[in-house]
Amino acid sequence: MAEITINGKKYKVEDNITVLEACRKIGIDIPTLCYDDRLEPHAACRLCLVEIVGRGKLETSCSLKVRDGMIIETHSERVIRARKDILNLLFSNHPNDCLTCDKSGDCKLQDYCFEYGIEMGSYVGEKKNYPIDDSNPFYTYDPNKCILCGKCVRVCSELQCTDAIGLENRGFNTKVVTPFDMGLATSKCVSCGNCVAACPVGALMPKKKEKYRYWEINKVRTTCSYCGVGCQMELLVKGNKVVGVEPYKGKANNGLLCVKGRFAYSFINHPDRLKTPLIKKNGKFEEASWDEAYRLIVNKVKEIKGQYGPEAFAGLTSARCTNEENYLFQKLFRAVIGTNNVDHCARL
Amino acid sequence: MMTIQELNEIKERTLKTMELRLQKKDTGKHVLICGGPGCHSSNAGEIKEVFEEKIREKGLDDVKVTLAGCFGLCETGPNVEIYPEGIFYSRIKVEDIDKIVDSHLCKGEIVEELLYEGSIEDGNIKPVSEVDFYKKQVKIALRNCGIIDYENIDEYIALDGYQALAKVVLEMTPQEVIELMKEANLRGRGGAGFPAGRKWETAFKYPADQKYVICNADEGDPGAFMDRSILEGDPHSVLEAMAICGYAIGADQGFIYIRAEYPVAVHRLEVAIRQAREKGLLGKNIFGTDFNFDIELRLGAGAFVCGEGTALMESIEGKRGMPRPKIHRTAHRGLWGKPTIINNVETFANVPAIILKGADWFKSIGTEDSPGTKVFALGGKIKNTGLVEIPMGITLREIIFDIGGGIPNGKEFKAVQTGGPSGGCIPKEHLDTPVDFASLGKLGSIMGSGGMIVLDEDDCMVDIARFFLDFTVDESCGKCVPCREGTKRMLEILERIVNGEGTPEDLDRLESLAETITEGSLCGLGQTAANPVISTMKYFRDEYEAHVYEKRCPAGSCQALLEFFITEDCIGCTKCARNCPVSCIEGKVKERHVIDTGKCIKCGTCMEVCPVGAVIKR
Repeated sequence: MAEITINGKKYKVEDNITVLEACRKIGIDIPTLCYDDRLEPHAACRLCLVEIVGRGKLETSCSLKVRDGMIIETHSERVIRARKDILNLLFSNHPNDCLTCDKSGDCKLQDYCFEYGIEMGSYVGEKKNYPIDDSNPFYTYDPNKCILCGKCVRVCSELQCTDAIGLENRGFNTKVVTPFDMGLATSKCVSCGNCVAACPVGALMPKKKEKYRYWEINKVRTTCSYCGVGCQMELLVKGNKVVGVEPYKGKANNGLLCVKGRFAYSFINHPDRLKTPLIKKNGKFEEASWDEAYRLIVNKVKEIKGQYGPEAFAGLTSARCTNEENYLFQKLFRAVIGTNNVDHCARL
Repeated sequence: MMTIQELNEIKERTLKTMELRLQKKDTGKHVLICGGPGCHSSNAGEIKEVFEEKIREKGLDDVKVTLAGCFGLCETGPNVEIYPEGIFYSRIKVEDIDKIVDSHLCKGEIVEELLYEGSIEDGNIKPVSEVDFYKKQVKIALRNCGIIDYENIDEYIALDGYQALAKVVLEMTPQEVIELMKEANLRGRGGAGFPAGRKWETAFKYPADQKYVICNADEGDPGAFMDRSILEGDPHSVLEAMAICGYAIGADQGFIYIRAEYPVAVHRLEVAIRQAREKGLLGKNIFGTDFNFDIELRLGAGAFVCGEGTALMESIEGKRGMPRPKIHRTAHRGLWGKPTIINNVETFANVPAIILKGADWFKSIGTEDSPGTKVFALGGKIKNTGLVEIPMGITLREIIFDIGGGIPNGKEFKAVQTGGPSGGCIPKEHLDTPVDFASLGKLGSIMGSGGMIVLDEDDCMVDIARFFLDFTVDESCGKCVPCREGTKRMLEILERIVNGEGTPEDLDRLESLAETITEGSLCGLGQTAANPVISTMKYFRDEYEAHVYEKRCPAGSCQALLEFFITEDCIGCTKCARNCPVSCIEGKVKERHVIDTGKCIKCGTCMEVCPVGAVIKR
């Protein structure tokens, strides 16, 4: 354990953690744009700068390990001045369109500018002016809103391992691009949307079928139903309608999703979606109650099993069911029906 | 495999062939031609061939011709020295060679009109060692440059080459090497001045299955060519030092990261590495011990930021050259996460001499805090543009006026810019400051890698700051916000000021931005990027204010703020009006002419053509 002093108060914290991690554990809020605890420290946004007594320069808390006896100031005048100027620099090269931006309400740049009192970017001069890339069917990329925190690139490379995007050019002209800046549709992007989830601003946004504001939605946590991994996600519900999905940091997925879980949610509110069992009567499917359907299944199973024996059955289950559901399914076939003829589409 | 006996045999044998140039023999002649960067590009190769051809024609069997490394005095190149007298010819053209061969080489008569002008004093001809430019210099890093044939390993060996490596691997433990280096207090010559011995010790003490040595040869400061000259003139000194470092820390692999824009240095390094491998001085079982060490080249693709240690390592690893957060020391986790020592070319070039001559000898040169010498590339408004190696602690005045010859064309010295884009401008009141790490730092500049650009009264300090910022903006990697966005805004403000559009608030903004960039940037490039602005605002604030408040450039350099004006001295010859490309000058014959400043494009033609100097800039 290391004993450190933060803002005049002493704390005992674990060795080998960063100052930022220590502060977050204690509950001291330090702004970050490029930090993600799943990724290597990047130290690019410089908002997490803190003052360490006895050291000349300000240091980024995300890349600084705690040391016994360290005296840290997270909100000194010097630190606040630097953070304000950095936010000012970022906002000076960012569209001032929060009124119409879809990210409003969930944008870290907006939040920090509010917190640190940056009303407008005060530096005048050249601003980014790039075309928007909406060639991907599921999300759009507006480079003009990008603050170059590099999270999308690092998530794509370090977590998703697709390496579809990278940085090109230098300095002020740096831009997140696909190879040769030929657009997302031409890249090897798998549309997992994990970059979109990581983007702290409105540069990477899901294509929305429905307009909503973040303060209008309820988040409902659930397990993705597309396969058995058990990815945790949150359905964004406006009124009684699912209008989007965001990954949740569950044990199985650590905040990642695939294209299906992330973007293929519109079946939920689709008019063709089956909401009751259907039983074919007189050559036509008709809606039935669950009791009616179960009864029919039980009767049919009994009848066939009596006539032909259990080996007449075969069960095929779906990868869209959870592990628990699949377990129960094979149990039903083995223990109740009495056959080992049971399989699963993911094995094929 | 090479033994120490074989090394000594090569040394003795080769020394005999070098006696003339070492002035140990006086029969015969040796023509040394500078093959340094400047002279190389101004035809040194052809000069050598023509010399050889003429000498063959004349049947002069006892005359030898060698292309050597940089002589330093680039201003007067192509340079030629003739030994044993040590006569220094400068600005030699192919057609001059006949004369030198006919009179000097055949008859022993010196060709006075081709001599370097500084080598004649009161009618007497001085040998090169007595020339002002060289007199105050002390050469350690450049000890072999300009003396040996850079493509001949034997000549390097003759001047004690690879003796230090032999001594280290045969007689010393790694700890002893590190102790010696710590004792010598050789500070990093790349600019930051971190003691090399301490760095080596850190890597030595950190256990790992693999360690690396890197030579940072990504020299990128505008106008700097110290490292290039060492690599081109004496490549083996760097190879030997890297092997010594490898032995000290326990590494068997070295990389030289060199910019691809240095094709000559790359070629000479390739030759040197091949020769060293052939002789067993690189490779397995060096000097019959179990010490293995080899070196590979890695070429940079033209990014200044790759001179930053961690960005350089990213680049070697095949990634985008961006600095890493400093969460680990590179001596613990550097290249591919392994303990890595990275030193600059000039730092390495000092190492063999320190090993052979000892720490006390090294500390006897320079100052207590900054022992040894430093190589500088003198440039800008100075008579003797070129490469100099001076003992630490001599003053800027001595470098600029005694060695550099002062300011040409009778102009007045204004400031000297040290440390390239990371450095600052030092005004004339601080000319007597000794050159060492601490003193330059106190003035708001840095030692840097050794660029030294002299500025005279015609240079606008705001424009100089703008020039360096322009460079930094271009070379920022774009990773961190203060450097990427901040330097750009700073440049835009400076551009406004030199265009006469600056406001008083811009001056405050510059100061505030300078603080943010210095305090908030990730790497050394950003942290020092504002230095040119900070130092010029500190020493030349009046120039900034003149631009902002009076819309005037005191140096008469900023085009947008200039006005051409015809004085009463005008004789009405009409020459200006006839030559003006935009026809903005009017006036009758034999009457004073007038410039329409609204139409004038400030090309300066009128000023050039006026026979009586009646056109002035104001």
